[in-house]
Amino acid sequence: MNAIIISAFLGVVMMFASWSIKGENKQKNIALFGLIILILANLAQLNGWYVADIDTKNMLSFTRFGLYTNTLFYCLTFIYIWINGEEISKIGNHVADFYALFFFILCGASILTSFDNLLMLFIGIEILSIPLYILTGSDKKSLFSNEAAIKYFLMGSFSTGVLLLGITFIYGATGSFKLMPPDASIQYEQFMFSGGLILIFAAMNFKVSAAPFHFWTPDVYDGAPTVFTSFMATIAKSAGFIAFINIYLVQYKAFEKTWVIILPLGIVSTLLVGNVTAVFQRSVKRMLTYSSIAQAGFMLFALYGTSNFANEGILLYIVVYSLASIGIFAVLIKMKENSFEAFHGLAKTHPLLAFLTTVFLCSLAGIPITGGFFAKYYMINAVLIAGAGIWLVVVAMIFASISVYYYFKLIQAMYFVPGTPAIGELDKSYTYKLAVIAILILVLGVFPNLLFNYLYF
Amino acid sequence: MLLSFILIPFVTALLLLFIKKNTSANTIAIVSTLGTLVAAIVVAGKGAVDFNAPWIPVLNAQFLLHVDGLAKILVLLTAISFPAIIIATSQNQPKQKNIFLSLLLFTQSGLMGVFLSGDALLFYFFWELALIPVYFLSSIWGGEKRIAVTFKFFIYTFLGSLMMLIGIVFVYMHTSDQSFLIQSFAKANLTGGQQVTAFALFFIAFAIKMPIFPLHTWQPDAYEQSPTAVTMVMSAVMVKMGLYGILRWLLPLFPTAFMAHIHVVVILSVIGILYASFIAIRQDDIKRLIAYSSIAHIGLMNAAIFSHLQIGIQGVMVQLFSHGINVLGLWIVADIIEQQTGTRSMQQMGGLAKKQPTLAILLVGFALANIALPLTNAFVGEFLMFNSLFQYNVWVGAAAGVSIILAAIYTLNMVQKVAYGEVSTQINQMQTINTPAQIVLIVLLIIVFVTGVFPQPLFDLTADSLQQIIVK
Repeated sequence: MNAIIISAFLGVVMMFASWSIKGENKQKNIALFGLIILILANLAQLNGWYVADIDTKNMLSFTRFGLYTNTLFYCLTFIYIWINGEEISKIGNHVADFYALFFFILCGASILTSFDNLLMLFIGIEILSIPLYILTGSDKKSLFSNEAAIKYFLMGSFSTGVLLLGITFIYGATGSFKLMPPDASIQYEQFMFSGGLILIFAAMNFKVSAAPFHFWTPDVYDGAPTVFTSFMATIAKSAGFIAFINIYLVQYKAFEKTWVIILPLGIVSTLLVGNVTAVFQRSVKRMLTYSSIAQAGFMLFALYGTSNFANEGILLYIVVYSLASIGIFAVLIKMKENSFEAFHGLAKTHPLLAFLTTVFLCSLAGIPITGGFFAKYYMINAVLIAGAGIWLVVVAMIFASISVYYYFKLIQAMYFVPGTPAIGELDKSYTYKLAVIAILILVLGVFPNLLFNYLYF
Repeated sequence: MLLSFILIPFVTALLLLFIKKNTSANTIAIVSTLGTLVAAIVVAGKGAVDFNAPWIPVLNAQFLLHVDGLAKILVLLTAISFPAIIIATSQNQPKQKNIFLSLLLFTQSGLMGVFLSGDALLFYFFWELALIPVYFLSSIWGGEKRIAVTFKFFIYTFLGSLMMLIGIVFVYMHTSDQSFLIQSFAKANLTGGQQVTAFALFFIAFAIKMPIFPLHTWQPDAYEQSPTAVTMVMSAVMVKMGLYGILRWLLPLFPTAFMAHIHVVVILSVIGILYASFIAIRQDDIKRLIAYSSIAHIGLMNAAIFSHLQIGIQGVMVQLFSHGINVLGLWIVADIIEQQTGTRSMQQMGGLAKKQPTLAILLVGFALANIALPLTNAFVGEFLMFNSLFQYNVWVGAAAGVSIILAAIYTLNMVQKVAYGEVSTQINQMQTINTPAQIVLIVLLIIVFVTGVFPQPLFDLTADSLQQIIVK
């Protein structure tokens, strides 16, 4: 609750800051300071201290898992702004507006980690999505950005409509918006109930860009300014995943037979579309877009059932994937163009930067000593414990080795192909900031339990 | 003590990243690898206590290093190979030599970890750690087609190891105490069908690494295109990872599934042996010839393991060491010739015996060991392995036995073309070979003959592992 209130409040503060406080750097620092307050307030709630005692009529429930996830989102956003602050200020005229939007997104994300009622889900999704539409179109003078925003807005609204329809169906079947395990003693309108769940499934798939509802992703991610793509593909998407998991943690049991058909179908098609299409991309940005679809395929594994592995795994996956993506996008931002050719010879001119990029890519590919390995490991373990067929894991791993192909193509471009990289001006401190991310990834790659220690006690 | 095998190379590798000067980087690398060698000899002689530390408590994964006979022999091989390789190729001057050496030492660290770890997750970790530096080594410093070839190698092996990872998770879930320790794995409750699944998942990884026909296509290209020092590491030590994996993990953990598949694997191996031998006969490139010959030898070892008789496995354990030494010797000779003449084509060679008698003698020595002539180390192992194959099935044994003849054909043919005949213009350019390389070759040749005449120490070393594996 603390976080929801304060993030909304901070959003408003940032809006006022955009005209009352001059200086982009100052505004960035205020945003960072706000994030620290947010983190502290959230941690306070974890320890039982509330800003305001509000009766949510059981529409929200604050679990340790949800609150901890919030903390991770705020920390990731902190890192994101800390690194990309300068880049954000190059877009548009009023930087603080963007920070305000970030806080609204975080407010939506905080609702999504704790909703206990389908109406709250809807509100959370909307609060999260609308700022994203704006961020996509934030580069006002670029046609691509405008096109992407319109596309995203239209398709996003449509999928929200589907979500609402699903919610209505469930309300029709159960007479309640409450998210609860199906009661065996009551005879539901089974068709309506399952139908509603399937519609919600489709809408959520859209939000996390899983196939076959992924078609908006490449265009939107490609059209949006790269800094914002970085945010959309990581934190915003992860929030969608947490919501997705929250809905189905208990509900999937209601339509178990259908579930074991549609979920593997969704996973395999997402992996297929993401990985295979990424192989053929000429632009690094588009490659990363498809790779983010592919990674969503892996994250869907967490939906397979409730186990510690699924819960811990999705958190680890979110953190590691977000860190690596923020890192790689931050490198991409500094490039003058998005093609693979731009990276030629980067290892010669910027050895440290090239090495860090390699760490990010290895983590995305899931190679040991990077956090990505354990993220994938937890997902495999979760699925196998949930009793899914081993074939699914084998298929996923085959796709994982395909993913090595396109991630390593970038490593090859940096290390093995001579040339002059098309890279803009680069501060030393910028590289060091990226090094911090890489170190985090490497530490999580050897001691993944550091992330969970706080989850339980 | 056991931790030092991983730490010495690892720390030195980190240190080397900051040492720009070639000669001092070289000296440090040599000193470090010699230090590891000393440690290996001590451990091989006296044994060592397990190193055990908690690693990932949530998963109950432990950092457990354990040494037994099988591990000792491979640790020893690794420890001998690396100083030999670094000393013998110290005249080659790749760009950024410190990074080159550093990556080599990272590989050594990974290899040692593979051979020592007693925890499946740790094993997987090191398995990958050994692979990644090699990818960079070959892609940066390799031959003309290096990028594509190394990439193929990498994706092949990476796919294999991912399958093994699934296997590890799969068995882990069925252990009674949720642990990755090899003892728990051995006690896992797997039904027959589940054993087959786990067996298949592990076997793919090992089969690609060795490699077994028809998964071998990455190997000749990778050997040819990699810088010679890396080729030496790959063929002398890295391929042993696959065989080691079978002896350490596959055979003891899934005995039922293992027994169910022996025929398939033996037949595949024998096909591979003959196939590789025939191709080797047609090769003109000396590196490719050694590569194919290596596939044949590894195939033989694999067939012997799967014939599942005590003498066969005993033979393999000795041969693991012997093959490493022999192939290392051959590679070093080939590298010296290539460095000095700039060619790998055997047609352009000839008359080495007249121009460089010492080198020619060394070449002949290793060539004889490659054919497994009596008195050389390979004879001991191959004799036991063929014996085992004949007991398994006479026809299979006979088919595999043909490979001895084929080995004689291609190896002697190579000796003839390289060492004898008219002195070719390329060979004529050769200068005196540097003393360190010569010393390394002589030491290796001494090992070849000493262990050939008196192999008992090797048998004693591996006796305990053999007991364990056979008792299963």
